[in-house]
Amino acid sequence: MSLALVQQAGEMISWVPNLVGAGLIVIGAGMGLGQIGRGAMEGIARQPEASGKIQTAMIIIAALLEGLAFGALFLGK
Amino acid sequence: MKVASKSITLFTLLLILCVPFYAFAKAAPNAVIEASNVKGGEEGDPVNTDQEIDEYIQHHLQDSHDFHLFSYFSEDGEEHHVGFPLPVMLWGENGFTAFMSSAFHHDDEGEVIVEKGGSRFVKNHGVIYELNEGETEVVMDDAHHAINASKPFDLSITKSVFGILIIGLLMIIWFSGLARQYKKRQIPTGFARVLEPLVIYVRDEIAKPNIGDQYRRFTGYLLTVFFFIWILNLLGLMPFGFNVTGQIAVTAALAIITLVIYVASGNKHFWGHILWMPGVPVLIRPVLAVIELAGTLVIKPFSLLVRLFANISAGHIVVMSLIAIGIKYQESMTVPGSQALSILLSFFITLIEVLVAFLQAYIFTMLSALFIGMAVADEHHDEVLHDEDGEVIEDTEPVRRNFT
Repeated sequence: MSLALVQQAGEMISWVPNLVGAGLIVIGAGMGLGQIGRGAMEGIARQPEASGKIQTAMIIIAALLEGLAFGALFLGK
Repeated sequence: MKVASKSITLFTLLLILCVPFYAFAKAAPNAVIEASNVKGGEEGDPVNTDQEIDEYIQHHLQDSHDFHLFSYFSEDGEEHHVGFPLPVMLWGENGFTAFMSSAFHHDDEGEVIVEKGGSRFVKNHGVIYELNEGETEVVMDDAHHAINASKPFDLSITKSVFGILIIGLLMIIWFSGLARQYKKRQIPTGFARVLEPLVIYVRDEIAKPNIGDQYRRFTGYLLTVFFFIWILNLLGLMPFGFNVTGQIAVTAALAIITLVIYVASGNKHFWGHILWMPGVPVLIRPVLAVIELAGTLVIKPFSLLVRLFANISAGHIVVMSLIAIGIKYQESMTVPGSQALSILLSFFITLIEVLVAFLQAYIFTMLSALFIGMAVADEHHDEVLHDEDGEVIEDTEPVRRNFT
């Protein structure tokens, strides 16, 4: 009984680094996306006529960041 | 009449929006039945709904050898599967064999043995094994590698291949129809009118600004990959539960095609900047060349393939998990409560998934165009001019001359 419990606890602990890593990735990616969004919004507010170009650039940068985050999550799985 | 046509449009739109939800909703009663069957079937064993749901989601995310629509339990407790088989083609030790996947009788645990062409095959968790002489069961070691069986080279028309073939055929019909119309008239009619603005969008917003003068050479590929990914993403949200762009093999193949295109069409300038960068101290150049090579040949395609794969898989997992709320919280929230919550949440997430389906196709095409554009870009000159001795020529023209 106790052995099973210890085993279960061990399995749970072995998951913890992965989960912490995933959390860190999400925090980092969220901060990055926030910065991109802020930059884009400020840019559009300053120059509304450039909003199309800014949106395209924003989506590309966000996609690159997302690729990085997903790559990290995928490798950590 | 106008009001009527408006409401018809609205109704049709709602119906179309409900269709993707329906696909996943169909999974729900199914899992309920499976869960309740376990409850009644094996007394003493604890019911593990979490595990059931997890297995169901895993099963959905995987490719499969047959086309499984749904299964139900009849009153005598027997499980019935509804679907249709797909051809299995294998290149094993005794050469090529082909049979329909119905030969396995929906078995996925390695119990049904199919004898064909002197070989014996079993299917275990979506993988077909060829049993060695005299063996009747696949034995796995700890790392889930079969000890007494080999994996034949699997060329089967699986569910994903089937989806790709359907979409490929549809695309050939649609786009050759669109192309044919331009011979007769300036403005296409019918469904081609839906496709034309999308084609022009990809050409003008993705290919032209990112590739430059040579965009015509690559627009064909970009159009193909855009519509391929987009339509397959949408197919993944429809009934029948395709998950093609969520297969890492499919996205890897697409990324490799992009890699081959931009490596093959890279000009001298592109390779010069990768291998022997101008304007950098000579000692640092080899280090940068290694980094640049890794970035060009490995990291760019890897990020392309992982982005698409992870986005689509994550979307499918989220939608199916939200539907699982309707099963898992039945006891604590009552049946109508949990069902209403799961329908509400998964409906809106599915709407977001429709957006993601387009966005991911757009991003894949956009980044492919960007990478190709980097490879074919003409040599550009620095903003600062140099004379023959390498001295900087001062810019004598007024900077603000265009603003008068």
